[in-house]
Amino acid sequence: MTNLELPSYLIQSDAVRTRFERLKEREVVLEVKGLGKEFDSAQGPVTALKDIHFKAHRREFVCVIGPSGCGKSTLIRILAGLENASHGQVLLDGKPVSGPGPERGMVFQGYTLFPWLTVKKNVMFGLLNQGVGKAQAESEALQWIDLVGLERFSDAYPHELSGGMKQRVAIARALANQPRILLMDEPFGALDAQTRAKMQAYLLEIWKNIDITVLFITHDLDEAIFLADRILVLKANPGEVDELIEVPVPRPRNFDQLISPEFLATKKRLEQLIHPPKEEDEVSEDKLHMIRMTRVGDDVEDIEA
Amino acid sequence: MATVDILAPRKPLPPRLSRGLTVASFLLPLLVWAAVSYLPFLWHPEREITVPGGVSYFKEGMRIDADRYAQELAQVREQGLPLPEAKKVNPIYLPAPHEVATAFYTAFTEAPQMRSQQWLHESLWHSIQVIFWGFTLSSLIGVPLGILCGTYNAVSRLNEPFIEFFRYLPAPAFGALAVAILGIYDGPKIAIIFIGTFFQQVLVVSNTTRRLDKSLLEAAMTLGANRLQMLFKVVVPGILPDLYRDQRILLGWAWTYLIVAELIGTSSGITWFITQQARYKNFDNVYAAIMMIGIIGLVTDLILARLGKKLFPWEKSRAH
Ligand SMILES: Nc1ncnc2c1ncn2[C@@H]1O[C@H](COP(=O)(O)OP(=O)(O)OP(=O)(O)O)[C@@H](O)[C@H]1O
Ligand SMILES: [Mg+2]
Repeated sequence: MTNLELPSYLIQSDAVRTRFERLKEREVVLEVKGLGKEFDSAQGPVTALKDIHFKAHRREFVCVIGPSGCGKSTLIRILAGLENASHGQVLLDGKPVSGPGPERGMVFQGYTLFPWLTVKKNVMFGLLNQGVGKAQAESEALQWIDLVGLERFSDAYPHELSGGMKQRVAIARALANQPRILLMDEPFGALDAQTRAKMQAYLLEIWKNIDITVLFITHDLDEAIFLADRILVLKANPGEVDELIEVPVPRPRNFDQLISPEFLATKKRLEQLIHPPKEEDEVSEDKLHMIRMTRVGDDVEDIEA
Repeated sequence: MATVDILAPRKPLPPRLSRGLTVASFLLPLLVWAAVSYLPFLWHPEREITVPGGVSYFKEGMRIDADRYAQELAQVREQGLPLPEAKKVNPIYLPAPHEVATAFYTAFTEAPQMRSQQWLHESLWHSIQVIFWGFTLSSLIGVPLGILCGTYNAVSRLNEPFIEFFRYLPAPAFGALAVAILGIYDGPKIAIIFIGTFFQQVLVVSNTTRRLDKSLLEAAMTLGANRLQMLFKVVVPGILPDLYRDQRILLGWAWTYLIVAELIGTSSGITWFITQQARYKNFDNVYAAIMMIGIIGLVTDLILARLGKKLFPWEKSRAH
């Protein structure tokens, strides 16, 4: 990418270093030990995840990044309890988890609001399941809707909302259960760049205001660096931890930091990990066989003005 | 004004054009019918004798083929006998629109010619009851079973193979059996409607249930829903609009089994009315009765469609 002289991504300012020291003193909310997953596919068994270890501390923001198909979704689905691990253990507050539960909230990439419920009733869904009274559930739901800035839409149905609004409701719905950890699988993947940036800022704002640990999957490097305290980099075939990067960009974050030296250094490192420089033969294999279908001399790339 | 390309695939039509086409879809067949009935040069293959003339077997009101009539006419002319007269008519099985309209009207105003006969609306009401009970009984078992089959693979494996087999057995084939078990009155008729509807219903509903987005179930699980809550707070409301649509289509199928059902045991209802009237060649009454069935079917479906829009406000304008 850049040919600028960048500092190492490992260098942290004092403020950042003390922040990480304090963060690691906090109790561990999520611990993943020796996690592995094999799928039986038509082509025989596929190892999607192998020997994953990591910890997330209370109120930490962890991003998981990795090439497509490296098992990110599989990992988060196991954490949510939607999929069983083949090996290893997931501990929440030190206790092993099995099956889904309201203490692990999840926001999916696709829109999973219940279309037959209004925004308010969607947010109340988990509370009512927990046996919270209707009146209390309603007032709590309204607070959460307020938090994501959608108070004007509390009686709207999901199909009346934009994509970004739907995901905000999904966040409110997951948070209403007051989970210990919020699991997010590329929640902004389907949004346009502008909405996406807004949603990232929103999410950090929400995260700052409540006691929640976040595990956030993305394949967008900027998004990962902008949001995370630490980034868990996975590699593919089989999905293994490549590196756990401590993001040296200080908080509070803002979009001006996208061109700061720490940010760029981290991004460079991530690019090295995720798109390693390829060997010659691999590159030529990847080249497309293109037949030229335009007139000779009609070049797009050197049109003269 | 911008021109509308009415043949652009799946493009919504302007409302006025749409309404116009709806009216035309009824008006066109009616126009064809009226043209064939009222324009003497169209079809009219028979002659109704008005004056018998010199043909010995001609009687007033008698209907005869146009060719035969022409032959007889030629013969009579040769022999120098008085000429018969006749008017061009259509076969008796095609009454003109106004005759059917009159029959339609008198069906409600004039008592049947024979005391043993039923009024049209009595026959219809009887048929509607048979349909209602057959369909309701089928739905009471079929819909829950279908939902369970679509939700739990174990229930599906246990039921669907047999149902899949059974649905190929034609419902009317069970007529004799139904009469032997349930007697000759309404029991076997309701049973035929039940058999005709039930097996399709289970399969259709279970398929609809399976089409529910799985990620909604997963979302509910991560929100702490237990099994019962998943079934009653996610699956059931999630499929409700589609289930409603299925039921509308299934109700239409139930009507088609009615005709067979009513011929079993003692004939009754609208089918009895129709066969009876056809036997006495009152084809105007036959058409009136058939139209009545059509109108009832159409009106019920329109009402149900409207109701559906009220019931499921979250269903954006998905085509009904
Ligand atoms: N149910 C399944 N059965 C068989 N193989 C599966 C299943 N789910 C995932 N896999 C395989 O496991 C691997 C990891 O898939 P996963 O969806 O977790 O990747 P991902 O990192 O989320 O990819 P993406 O960035 O495209 O979302 C893939 O090779 C995929 O083919
Ligand atoms: Mg994925």
